[in-house]
Amino acid sequence: MAVPAAAANDPISAPVRTGPDYFLWLCRAASLAAIFVLGWIFWEIFQEALPALEEFGASFLSGASWQPNRDRYGVLPFLVGTVATALIALLIALPPGLAIAIFLSEDFLPLPARQFVRFVVELLAAIPSVVYGLWGIFVVIPIIQQVGTWCAERFPDVPFLAGPAYGNSLLTASVVLALMILPTITAISRSSLVAVPRTLREGAYALGATRWETIFGVILPTAAPGVVAATILALGRAMGETMAVAMLIGNSSRLSWSLFAPSGTLASLLANQFGEAEGMQVAALMYAALVLVALTLAVNFAGEAVLRYTEKRTAGIR
Amino acid sequence: MRIIPSVVAAALTAAVSVQAQQLSGAGATFPAPLYQRWSVEYNKQVPAIQVNYQSVGSGAGVKNFLQGVVDFGASDAAMTDAEIAKSPRGAVMIPATAGSVVLAYNLPDIKNLRLSRAALVGIFLGKITKWNDPAIVECNPGTPLPPTAINVAFRSDGSGTTFVFTQHLAAISPEFDEEVGADKSVVFPVGIGGKGNEGVTALVKQTPGTIGYVEFGYAEQNGLSCAAIENKSGQFVAPTAESGAAALASVELPENLRAWPVDPAAPGAYPITTFTWLLLYKKYDDAAKLKALKDFVTYGLTEGQSLATQLGYIPLPEAVVAKANAALGTVE
Repeated sequence: MAVPAAAANDPISAPVRTGPDYFLWLCRAASLAAIFVLGWIFWEIFQEALPALEEFGASFLSGASWQPNRDRYGVLPFLVGTVATALIALLIALPPGLAIAIFLSEDFLPLPARQFVRFVVELLAAIPSVVYGLWGIFVVIPIIQQVGTWCAERFPDVPFLAGPAYGNSLLTASVVLALMILPTITAISRSSLVAVPRTLREGAYALGATRWETIFGVILPTAAPGVVAATILALGRAMGETMAVAMLIGNSSRLSWSLFAPSGTLASLLANQFGEAEGMQVAALMYAALVLVALTLAVNFAGEAVLRYTEKRTAGIR
Repeated sequence: MRIIPSVVAAALTAAVSVQAQQLSGAGATFPAPLYQRWSVEYNKQVPAIQVNYQSVGSGAGVKNFLQGVVDFGASDAAMTDAEIAKSPRGAVMIPATAGSVVLAYNLPDIKNLRLSRAALVGIFLGKITKWNDPAIVECNPGTPLPPTAINVAFRSDGSGTTFVFTQHLAAISPEFDEEVGADKSVVFPVGIGGKGNEGVTALVKQTPGTIGYVEFGYAEQNGLSCAAIENKSGQFVAPTAESGAAALASVELPENLRAWPVDPAAPGAYPITTFTWLLLYKKYDDAAKLKALKDFVTYGLTEGQSLATQLGYIPLPEAVVAKANAALGTVE
């Protein structure tokens, strides 16, 4: 804000201006409105959640049963489902996402080809969630079911692989989420890899390092905070994803160790139950929404903070 | 070339619509295809009346009705006395059509599955987990039941279908009542949840060995096999329009017209059947609107009933129509 104001007063760079700067006020109003809307949403959800907050307090977070007909609300299974699907999705998406980012930031391919690959990967982010859900139903579910049945037969004693294996399961949702967050990881990691100064790379080559030694010894460590930021932002996206998850996860509120058991997430719970909710159930769902918003906001803040830290650090090297 | 007549028609309707009476309704998704069909057919007969029905769900329908933002509501679970007390303009519940909840299953080689009460409750309580469980074999003599696992599919969203289904299970099994209970959204101890009738249908279609509950019309349209269920008199009854009608006929409607054939005793009655209700205010301020609404509901209760069978619903028995008409008469 201070910079354009100073420029406006500078007689050399700015022509004589009379009256107030309407464009500046427009921009200010727009940015204030964005902050205001976020606050409003928070306030509204909080208000609606108040009866449940007073009734259940912290036991809401640790309660393992969600029974609207008994007015018993515990959100733990959905909290676990949210965190588990997001983390597993990250585990699946991070290695290929990072690999693609490295590949695109190096000169393995001529520039037009790299641009094309980059475009295609980023296009994944443009596919609507419901289409991912449909694709998951027809492609991922049958595969997961077969894999799950096989695993459950071979390793009946491993709790993570226990049967009966369902097609609609925690793992199915995670696999599709992984695909959905891949473009986020790739795009942000790539820009932080590209931002690594040439001089560092040239220095490493000059010391006799091979390309791989340069990538793993110099470039990746320098870009690491950016990669971490990409990961955290992807995590936030995975936690908030609703439609595809609701279609694939099996929407069960039972806690289970198995990857092949149906589960639920906070977002899918809201999507499923809000339409027909009444009374305390509405308040409980709003409380769950509050938990979800707090969770994703915290994750996004963390990602943003790390990203800023990276920018400062690379700026120092330059 | 075809555009011109339609433009003329649009212009004409615009001219007419100065006089047109708009009615807006919202509520249950289950009867929505029928109500929307009524709206279209009735509009052909009486172009001056336009009915918009939004299928937002029974709960939301009752909410909108109580807020007074619609001219009529619709709900599979009617309204509770507490809800009626909250309505500033009173409420009249009019049964408008009926339907059955069926158990659709996916066992490729088995067409006529029969389920006893014990088997049905056992499956949905997670006590019976294999298709060749003695409880199922017992009521299907001679049928080669596979030794595979039973996958249970239920509705993950709150729904009148779940309400009717769990109400029946709770009525026939104290254990089910104790463990799960009856409501629009409950927690089953087994199975996976699909969103909406279409979600459960997809789950059943996709995986052999799956059983789930859906509306009769849905199962029929999608060609799913439906199990014959044991009713109170010990008969195994397949879901048809006739067996549904038999269940409806066995209910004596009280004065407020709110009753469910929770566990009909009549022989030949399909045990899981329900009415669905239109919710009208007791008083309307606008006389023209009141007349339009009454005409539309009367149409639904008379001619409209013949459309019900086509769409997989059960036409109301004569006695119920008479009572519904009488209730309609009390609306002012």
